[in-house]
Amino acid sequence: MLTIATGNKAVAAAVREIKPDVVAAYPITPQTEIVEQIAEYVTSGELDSRYIPVESEHSAMAACIGASVTGARSFTATSSHGLFYMHEMVNWAAGGRLPIVMANVNRALGPGWNVWAEHTDSLQERDTGWLQVYVSTVQEAYDATLMAFRIAEHHDVLLPVMINLDGFTLSHIMQSLETVDPGDFVPPINLPHAIDTASPRGYGTLTGPNDYFRFRWDMERSMRDSVAVIRETEDEFARRFGRRYGFTENYRCEDADVVVVSMGTLGKEAEVAVDQLRREGMKAGAMRLRWLRPFPDLDLSDRDVVVIDRDYSFGFGGVLAQSLKAKCGVDPFSVIAGLGGQEVTYDDIASFVRDRRIGEEHWFGVSD
Amino acid sequence: MYEIRIHSRGGQGGVTAARLLALAAFRDGKHATACPFYGAERRGAPVVSFVRIDDHPIRVYSQIRSPDLVVVLDSSVMETVDVLQGLKEDGTVLINATHGTDVGGYRTYSIDLTGIALRENLVVAGSPILNTPVLGALAKMGIVSVESVTSAISEMFSDERNVKAARAAFQELVI
Amino acid sequence: MTEIPKEEYILKCTSACAGCSSSLILRYVLKAAGEDTVLVIPACCTSVIQGIYPNTAMNVPIYNVAFAAAAACASGMSEAFAKAKKKTNVIVYAGDGGTVDIGIQALSGAFERNTNFLYICYDNEAYGNTGMQRSGSTPTGARTTTTPGGKMHAKKDLAGIVAAHNPPYLATACSAYPKDLFSKVKKALSIQGPKFIHVLAPCPPGWRYPSEQTIEVGKLAVKSGMWILYEREYGKVTINGPSKAAMIKPIPIEDYLSVQGRFRGITREAVDMLKSQAEKTAKHLKLEEEGIC
Repeated sequence: MLTIATGNKAVAAAVREIKPDVVAAYPITPQTEIVEQIAEYVTSGELDSRYIPVESEHSAMAACIGASVTGARSFTATSSHGLFYMHEMVNWAAGGRLPIVMANVNRALGPGWNVWAEHTDSLQERDTGWLQVYVSTVQEAYDATLMAFRIAEHHDVLLPVMINLDGFTLSHIMQSLETVDPGDFVPPINLPHAIDTASPRGYGTLTGPNDYFRFRWDMERSMRDSVAVIRETEDEFARRFGRRYGFTENYRCEDADVVVVSMGTLGKEAEVAVDQLRREGMKAGAMRLRWLRPFPDLDLSDRDVVVIDRDYSFGFGGVLAQSLKAKCGVDPFSVIAGLGGQEVTYDDIASFVRDRRIGEEHWFGVSD
Repeated sequence: MYEIRIHSRGGQGGVTAARLLALAAFRDGKHATACPFYGAERRGAPVVSFVRIDDHPIRVYSQIRSPDLVVVLDSSVMETVDVLQGLKEDGTVLINATHGTDVGGYRTYSIDLTGIALRENLVVAGSPILNTPVLGALAKMGIVSVESVTSAISEMFSDERNVKAARAAFQELVI
Repeated sequence: MTEIPKEEYILKCTSACAGCSSSLILRYVLKAAGEDTVLVIPACCTSVIQGIYPNTAMNVPIYNVAFAAAAACASGMSEAFAKAKKKTNVIVYAGDGGTVDIGIQALSGAFERNTNFLYICYDNEAYGNTGMQRSGSTPTGARTTTTPGGKMHAKKDLAGIVAAHNPPYLATACSAYPKDLFSKVKKALSIQGPKFIHVLAPCPPGWRYPSEQTIEVGKLAVKSGMWILYEREYGKVTINGPSKAAMIKPIPIEDYLSVQGRFRGITREAVDMLKSQAEKTAKHLKLEEEGIC
């Protein structure tokens, strides 16, 4: 069905399609519409889920964990401070090998209170063992949510998946949306280690160093195996529903002399900047990174790279820039922009490219 | 691309007006995006919403800097907000007012949306609802079709008075 | 008759909604507390009402803190002031969300440790700042954005929970009775240890009534017995005047519910539940006041 919806409503609609058994969530700006819409679906009977209006985000993830380990499909959504309040349990979900799906609406951290888009929140969770995807359109938010469940629940993965959408800039913007009937695209959940009173086991019991080490290695192996599962899932999605994504979305990169790398809605704005630069005679391209975990193999050789980080790791650098340096051997022009919802236009992005200084870091809008 | 900026106060339905407009444009077969700019979201505080309408997919997310049209649902916001900022030279203003006002030298359309809302008894918790009647005015201006306006309003609201108010505004606005 | 000081600590141009109870409450709280006061404010409407950087609409220091942390933060502050032998009032000013749900762990801990501070919860019975989602303090039958069909569960007995910690002073108040609130804050601040004031805060956008009716709605709450004004000093209960009068001659609870859009469509069953709960609370308080239980 073709309609128009906000990013938040698109996520809620996808959740309605996937029919989780349990939704446990706590409201936080700018995620609130997700939980409100789900509450409406449940109240109207459109969605037959057990909805738990928990008293905090720590409890939201704890409740999802409790539900998930019984073999139930569970979902939650949060943002920024809420994500950080559940940080302990976010780690627990991954370590517990539970295929929980969570939508995170990217928002800056206080103090001072700031509700606008920034990626630092989810990026600070990048070490947890969760898979992470960053979306840039309402349609993509919907599609990624559908795919997230299939990927998480795949027996080669069994790790939780976080879908990230920019606060307000995507969560609250209205764009066209095609909703689908997923059919059996996401098969019924079948958790191998679900609680079974006929075959009782201890979960997460006291574990010695060597065994613990092996569990962590198991997680990493699954994270590596998830690459093939993501690929296969996205292939199947394209086959059934006609839309294809990928680990990155590349725009005019094939013959580009300079590529702008970013995540989220900036990735789309960057395409407009690229068109402008191309009209000026520059061979520019835009690469929007979608999957941050597992971090993909990127080919950025033989071209200048401009990275826009909507985040920062104090005393170190932009997370994306540092990741590209470490994993891809590039020496980018690292731009820090968009923190706290700072406005970044296609004109700004074009000027980052025009005025690039390879190997340097530039904080947009403040003097060095 | 046609860019519209809507000024109102929290609780008057300015954000919903933007969404309705985008939905109507979508039903017209166009690409459309609508986004509120959230300051402190308080009842009575000034609120700004943006709508972009285009024949091609819209990839811009940054705020509208040079709107083609500025809509002012509550003229009292003009005391603290520069509603004309960035308006294109040949841009247009649509203002909720009881009499014709020439705003800043731009081509201005005035319509008494509050009066229409009150006449249709379209009032919620003491506030007249302006977001549905304004769609009728926008249809009269040719931004969206009146058929898509009625269909969009009916999709979002079950109360018949909303469509009636939109139709009344469509009739009343003098182009 | 209590003399209310003229000095204003809330400056003009807050970001409050028209008809906001919180601004009214805080105005009288600060008049009672005076200049040597720090407010600790977790995420809530008042976080935004203060205004936006670089301005603040309040003429006392405010420490804004994460949602769950107010009472814990206040604990630290109170201990630090005590060590420095300062008499500065430490007042947590929090909504119901940050008190009864996500903030309850910190609240309980601070009271159990006998922290010297005043905790004021202004209760608009929902998560107001994020758009009126339900809280543990939302009453039965109330519509919120996460209880579109009306809340099924009962309102948490916050005063009862706090009373279980045996604080030296616990009181209820309502934004419609500012003088009563003023004198309760004054009394509380004259006592050492953890003090709690639970203030009913009618909220125009949340409860869905016209902005100018905030005082009237607050009075209906008290006159109908849905909100009881009382004090608990070292466990001894005193029911205040307006509620004493309401117990003798209450107005129908329906008069209170019908002026609020959030109770539209409330079932007979839910109304009866609200009624019987209110009657039970009143009965129990009366017995306590008489010293019978």
